[in-house]
Amino acid sequence: METLFLFVSLYLCLIMVLSLYRGIFGPTVLDRLIGVNAVGSKTVVLLILIGLIYERVDMFVDIAMAYAMLNFIAVLAASRYFQKRKGLYKEMK
Amino acid sequence: MDFVVIFFLVCGLVFFTGGAVGILRFPDFYSRLHPAGKLDTMGSLLMMGALSLYNLHHFTLGNMLTSLKIILIVAFVFLSSPTAIHGIVDAGMRAGLGPWTKGDRRR
Repeated sequence: METLFLFVSLYLCLIMVLSLYRGIFGPTVLDRLIGVNAVGSKTVVLLILIGLIYERVDMFVDIAMAYAMLNFIAVLAASRYFQKRKGLYKEMK
Repeated sequence: MDFVVIFFLVCGLVFFTGGAVGILRFPDFYSRLHPAGKLDTMGSLLMMGALSLYNLHHFTLGNMLTSLKIILIVAFVFLSSPTAIHGIVDAGMRAGLGPWTKGDRRR
């Protein structure tokens, strides 16, 4: 069962790399924010999988909870910050 | 029990794959938010449910508390992920980013 968890973790990392493409090459800042949010929501699952592989899930579940809250706050703060930048998207069109 | 865990894990991976492909291939910003908001939340629910079910394999009080915490994370993700996506949509509307119309270049 732990081999299965290892391969599921590797596949999740592959999907995170795919989402990271949008985080790097996104044409606007908010596209990059979408990519970062997708990577963060997969990281929460990945942390619990790592905890199950190392058999210390009682410790890793707290880290995953803190990471979920931190991801939410970071995305909200960044989106509140970038809405003030009017004219930021003119050069993209 | 292992069969149920494997089934939900694979279902969650399918949802995550759909979310990643949608984020990569949709033409503009507002339509990219649709897979980012829905499929990631559903994949998180399925995979976390499978992992909390696997964690109850040896039933003790500590394991039950850990599974309860995993379910709590799922509840928090269900509240927070659509809220974060709604915040990004609101930022795009206020910053004056127009939607994609037919005939435009894919961004």
